[in-house]
Amino acid sequence: MEPFKSVSSIVTPLDKVNVDTDQIVPKQFLKLVQKSGFGKFLFFNWRFDENENKKSDFVLNDPKYENSHILVAGDNFGCGSSREHAVWALLDYGFSVIIAPSFADIFLSNCFKNGILPITLDQQLVEKLQQENGAINIDLENQTIKTPSEEISFGIDSYKKKILLEGLDDIAQTFQYEDKISEFEKGSKVPSVL
Amino acid sequence: MGKTLFEKIWESHIVVEKQNDPSLIYIDRHLVHEVTSPQAFEGLRMNNRKVRRPDLTIATMDHNVPTTDRSLPILDQTSSVQIQTLEKNCKEFGIKLFDINSPNQGIVHVIGPQLGITLPGTTIVCGDSHTSTHGAFGALALGIGTSDVEHVLASQTMWLEKPKPFEIRVEGKRKNPHAVTAKDIVLSIIKNIGTGGGTGTVIEYRGDGITDLSMEQRMTICNMSIEAGARAGLIAPDEKTFDYLRGREYTPKNYESLVDSWKDHLKTDGDAKFEKQFTLHIDDIAPQVSWGTNPGMTSDVTESIPSPDEFSKGDSNQKKGAEKALDYMGLEPGTAIEDIKIDRVFIGSCTNARLEDLIEASKVIKGQKISPNVQAMVVPGSQMVKKQAEEMGLDKIFIDANFEWREAGCSMCLGMNPDILSPGERCASTSNRNFEGRQGTGGRTHLVSPVMAAAAAIKGHFVDVRKMDLS
Repeated sequence: MEPFKSVSSIVTPLDKVNVDTDQIVPKQFLKLVQKSGFGKFLFFNWRFDENENKKSDFVLNDPKYENSHILVAGDNFGCGSSREHAVWALLDYGFSVIIAPSFADIFLSNCFKNGILPITLDQQLVEKLQQENGAINIDLENQTIKTPSEEISFGIDSYKKKILLEGLDDIAQTFQYEDKISEFEKGSKVPSVL
Repeated sequence: MGKTLFEKIWESHIVVEKQNDPSLIYIDRHLVHEVTSPQAFEGLRMNNRKVRRPDLTIATMDHNVPTTDRSLPILDQTSSVQIQTLEKNCKEFGIKLFDINSPNQGIVHVIGPQLGITLPGTTIVCGDSHTSTHGAFGALALGIGTSDVEHVLASQTMWLEKPKPFEIRVEGKRKNPHAVTAKDIVLSIIKNIGTGGGTGTVIEYRGDGITDLSMEQRMTICNMSIEAGARAGLIAPDEKTFDYLRGREYTPKNYESLVDSWKDHLKTDGDAKFEKQFTLHIDDIAPQVSWGTNPGMTSDVTESIPSPDEFSKGDSNQKKGAEKALDYMGLEPGTAIEDIKIDRVFIGSCTNARLEDLIEASKVIKGQKISPNVQAMVVPGSQMVKKQAEEMGLDKIFIDANFEWREAGCSMCLGMNPDILSPGERCASTSNRNFEGRQGTGGRTHLVSPVMAAAAAIKGHFVDVRKMDLS
């Protein structure tokens, strides 16, 4: 995983609540066996009509947001299916920060595994950021969001911050506890399946 | 202070605990399917890692498989590659696979319990959000993403922040338990607490409205915990739980001694504290029908479609959501739900495709024909459910009524295989999600119970099944 660096760009406002992962990547694109190339499927049914022409009324199709890396969305973002393809699609499209008043649990966890920073902020701050036209800066080390007019701080737990900043391999980290895992297995009363 | 059932399971699975950080939790059972696993196996290969405990890992193919004649080749090339990839990975990493021709093949959340793989007090994960289903047996069952699938394959553990315990009490007795089902109970819960109501929590369902339910009905309840946003949902095991698992193909040999160890331990202590609480009284609840694009957008069958104002109760974002949902669903506020005509009926999915669901639905249609305007299908949850149903003659009842009788899989619950709605088609579905495009781009899904779906198939529109004789 790439280490997370600070990000500066304008924000893409996605003014919707309960955006589910079926919308982020529709099921017809889940058949691939690799992680790459999902960006073109991001919000597919919102971005394209039945002839695969761009829908002009969807925010991602506004050229203004072409180089945005920061998505600002409504409550309960990423609900529904556990498909990590949703996170791969956001990342491949170019988003590395998602800001919302709340996230669904599995989606949130999937973000950290792939180097996307999800930031939870109060509803009012989210709405304010959605109106922001200038570039903003996200600094994970200092946990700040700088807009042209103010500085907002955000919370994140220390473990997740470290994972993102250092781009750590989760599994390699866990293998450091090999002795603890083996010890646990010796005491476990749960039988094998087979 | 006492502990909740969830806390007991959690504490007995901690490998590493850190202050204010996620804990490393041991996983007793890992269920694998074809859609969320290929990238995980690829990750293992790239890093030269192996599967730590193949003996705790079971795979099947369900999301992508055709539900038509299994002797024919799979026409969709990408589906076929995904299915072959699972076969190849299971062989390479030594994992037991119930493939497309196995009598044990089926939806992963149907076969786990049916084979005795799901056990009380255990931790179970699968790269699928409806893993919460297994909580019906008093297990802590979590849906995970592909990175965690890889992590569990490699280490049999995962890092997890401790969710908060949420008590949902279901109190009272349904007057007509054949017409008002477990599906109606769980839809009522989600309607009340909302699709984010359970975020960050593990729900424990309690009360006489829960203990009265059969195991299959309890699975329907726990299955939809994720639709309320919960990390998991569970129900304390009792004699029904222990009886259900006795003598199944993979039930452990020392099962009775395990039951003895579970009996007094696997329940919430009298003085335990929950961080959140909700109570649903079910004496008078009606059959439920969803009308929007998330499971919280649900009403009684006797009601009309609410206006976005009524639904949102002053929340402007919810109002916008409801406006968009009604536009997508092609519905006007004030339309009586019983007046909504349907084109398709789907009886299937990990929510409602077990034997009991099919028995109940068959009572509605026995000796009748579906409406000429409706196309209807039954997709049993597993090949074993299909066989049992056929032994009871249920297939004939459905086929005589002009239902299609299919092979097992996830099918039109998510439409990854050829079973999909066409744009604009309206479906009464026993599945769990009514998201935009879920059952096919432009398709319109109404979530209902199996008896409500069967009745809608006959009449061509929604009807209150309480008016029918279902005894």
